[in-house]
Amino acid sequence: MTDVTTEHHEYDVLIIGAGGAGLRAAIEASQRGLKVGIITKSLLGKAHTVMAEGGMAAAMGNVYPEDNWMVHFRDTMRGGKYLNNYRMAELHAKESPDRVWELEQWGALFDRTKDGKILQRDFGGHRYARLAHVGDRTGLELIRTLQQKVVSMGTDVFMECKVLQLIHDGEGRVAGCVGYWRATGEFVTFQAKTVVLATGGAGKSWKFTSNSWESTGDGHAMALWAGAKLIDMECVQFHPTGMVWPLSVRGLLVTEGVRGDGGVLRNSLGERFMFNYVAPMFRAETADSEEEADKWYDDHSAGRRPPELLPRDEVARAINTEVKAGRGSPHGGVFLDIATRRSAEFIRRRLPSMYHQFMELAGVDITREAMEIGPTCHYIMGGVQVDADSQATVVPGLFAAGEVGGGMHGANRLGGNSLSDLVVFGRRAGIGAAEYIDAGAAATSFDQGEVDEAIKGALAPFERTNGENPYDVQHDLQEMMQENVGIIRNAAELEAAIVALDAFTERVKNVSVKGGRAYNPGWNLATDLPSMISVSKCVANGALRRKESRGGHTREDFPNADPELGKLNFAQSTEGGHWDDPVSVHEASILIMPAELKALLEEDK
Amino acid sequence: MAEVTMRVWRGDADGGDFETYTLEQNEGEVVLDVIHRIQATDAPDLACRWNCKAGKCGSCSAEVNGKPRLMCMTRMDTLPKGTVTVTPMKAFPIIRDLVTDVSFNYVQAAKVPALLPPPMPEGGYRMFQEDVERGQEFRKCIECFMCQDVCHVIRDHEENKSHYAGPRFFIRYAELEMHPLDQNDRRDLIREDMGLGYCNITKCCTEVCPEHIKITDNAIIPLKERVVDAHYDPVAWLGRKIRRKPKRSAADAAVQPAP
Repeated sequence: MTDVTTEHHEYDVLIIGAGGAGLRAAIEASQRGLKVGIITKSLLGKAHTVMAEGGMAAAMGNVYPEDNWMVHFRDTMRGGKYLNNYRMAELHAKESPDRVWELEQWGALFDRTKDGKILQRDFGGHRYARLAHVGDRTGLELIRTLQQKVVSMGTDVFMECKVLQLIHDGEGRVAGCVGYWRATGEFVTFQAKTVVLATGGAGKSWKFTSNSWESTGDGHAMALWAGAKLIDMECVQFHPTGMVWPLSVRGLLVTEGVRGDGGVLRNSLGERFMFNYVAPMFRAETADSEEEADKWYDDHSAGRRPPELLPRDEVARAINTEVKAGRGSPHGGVFLDIATRRSAEFIRRRLPSMYHQFMELAGVDITREAMEIGPTCHYIMGGVQVDADSQATVVPGLFAAGEVGGGMHGANRLGGNSLSDLVVFGRRAGIGAAEYIDAGAAATSFDQGEVDEAIKGALAPFERTNGENPYDVQHDLQEMMQENVGIIRNAAELEAAIVALDAFTERVKNVSVKGGRAYNPGWNLATDLPSMISVSKCVANGALRRKESRGGHTREDFPNADPELGKLNFAQSTEGGHWDDPVSVHEASILIMPAELKALLEEDK
Repeated sequence: MAEVTMRVWRGDADGGDFETYTLEQNEGEVVLDVIHRIQATDAPDLACRWNCKAGKCGSCSAEVNGKPRLMCMTRMDTLPKGTVTVTPMKAFPIIRDLVTDVSFNYVQAAKVPALLPPPMPEGGYRMFQEDVERGQEFRKCIECFMCQDVCHVIRDHEENKSHYAGPRFFIRYAELEMHPLDQNDRRDLIREDMGLGYCNITKCCTEVCPEHIKITDNAIIPLKERVVDAHYDPVAWLGRKIRRKPKRSAADAAVQPAP
């Protein structure tokens, strides 16, 4: 490049993303004596992990001693409708308790039981009260604890740096990345023996989402472009309870903890409608009357669980059906009521952020009135295909952990399994990267040609004078994805989405931006759009191919699960490495579970 | 259709000026929504930080009509009628428009000696809710840095930043000092290098905290007492000399409220 000077850094392990998974990977790799750098698109401590509210699932058995990893494994697999990478679900269930206790050694202060242990709360799909938590701000506790640990170790953190693309070594190994400082717009390259992607999710491609501006699927997309495979991309979680009013906060998350702590869903007729939506696979363990359900909160042996605490996919679909049937709330949601069920003091103590959020933003006092809520795009189960034990992708030197990784949650994630996923697999990615370096086959060269090309692409919007405003493209993309690739899908809409995404690809190539490169959000968005388009294409492709309904993926033209499709993941890849290259979809068999694990699932089918 | 008029500071380290934008008024909007609408239409290069848009991440701090606020939690209809003025936080150097260089806070964070707990017993530590609650109050901090922004020790005195940690870090030190498991002793550090003595308890930080943390009453005043006691109490002094890191019980850590 002619007029572009680039700053250059070198690391053993380069971690892209500073949420829970990235920070935990950094701690592990640093503790093994490696030189570690962390890159984040925002400031340290602001990653999406901070938004997690309800808790962190780990079978510690502090509240129900009968809980153990085998029950947690079973719950996770059932919640994921058996599409999960069983080995990830197994490791996750076994290792989560140690990861929670470790956080305490680093300064986390979880809520306590009467005998001084870590308190655990109930959540959807978990048989026992299993979520370690701090009120309804558990994500903040997790990120602050990891952030403070990383800072105390002196690990290098590069803040407000947008990574554009991964760089290879000329032999197909990953050798680092190129990006730019948001503050100045100057470019920077990082050469590394290994790269760990910990970039989180992709929810910003939908109109109503709980995700922040950062969740543009950068890691998913960069992995795809670099030669990795994305699996289960059709499996997107719409969280049942997002705010619906005022419009400006539509999609903002309302924690599942409200239901875990006794909140119930009602339609405009005042009916507690979830009793009408209990799928056969959950009937045996779900209460069939309000009386029975209400006994359960205090003593899980006195009744079966309330239907409000079914897995998220079940609840989101039920709400959607109620609204479509004309039994919705004034602003197009349903009612979430805890005011009539718990004391004001209890609500303010257990759910302080929710109290505050509704009071300040909607003028609703949740200790007196019901909340209006509806489904919101929340999480992507799909992600980069990885080896369960090491988090290695098929591209040598490239690892992925956290939401950007695929397989752990199958077709639907249980609430609380995400925070534990971050630390279990963040740690494993750190170990995986260290072992890869030990094996001695890491990249040593760095393809400058790829760097130059990425920089050229990033600067192109400045050179076009009469192009489109990137905000208009993003807005239209979000509308289109919400309309055609939302919570309920069909072939015609998905085909329309795939055609539309080709048109969006051309529009992205024609955006232009005003102003300079220093802290220019318009330009920053222009450089996020390629990721958003790539991820959207994969979601639409996978959704069209999966001709069944399973977990977070619901097809109105194929309303039932198909046992044959339940044996398959759809894996997507590109050839050529450019963001606008066509994506191909392949069928890949899910991992076959050993008999002893299978027995855990069949025990009470 | 009703309208809103926004006067937004635009510029960089070399200077700048206000620009005025007039938009239609939408029901229920917060200041950040209006800033986003300006970005999406008139000024795509208008710089502002934000992430969660739910008051949880502390990214979108700015001064709204001269007062530090989270833009995402400030409803337009709660502000006085008329033009709304939005400026960057004053205590930090400008990067661009509403974005400031908050690296001072990250420098301070790196100076904090970490928690030093005893080895963990089988099955985890035992701590009681009443012992962790004091620390939990401080750990609600979302690092919006508005307390730092209003603290006059640094707001108007750049020269103090080298030897003053500021309210955000006083609550961090208080949290660690009151932590039931902690065996570190940071009292000399807090007194000598973190400038606790500069704080003269005007409570500006407490007033501005979006998490309603009682920074002054629950952190700074107890911390001042603890540091002063340690410094002037000959028994404590001797104790420090003999046992370099005196271990304090949870009961000891639960400090007495200010007189």
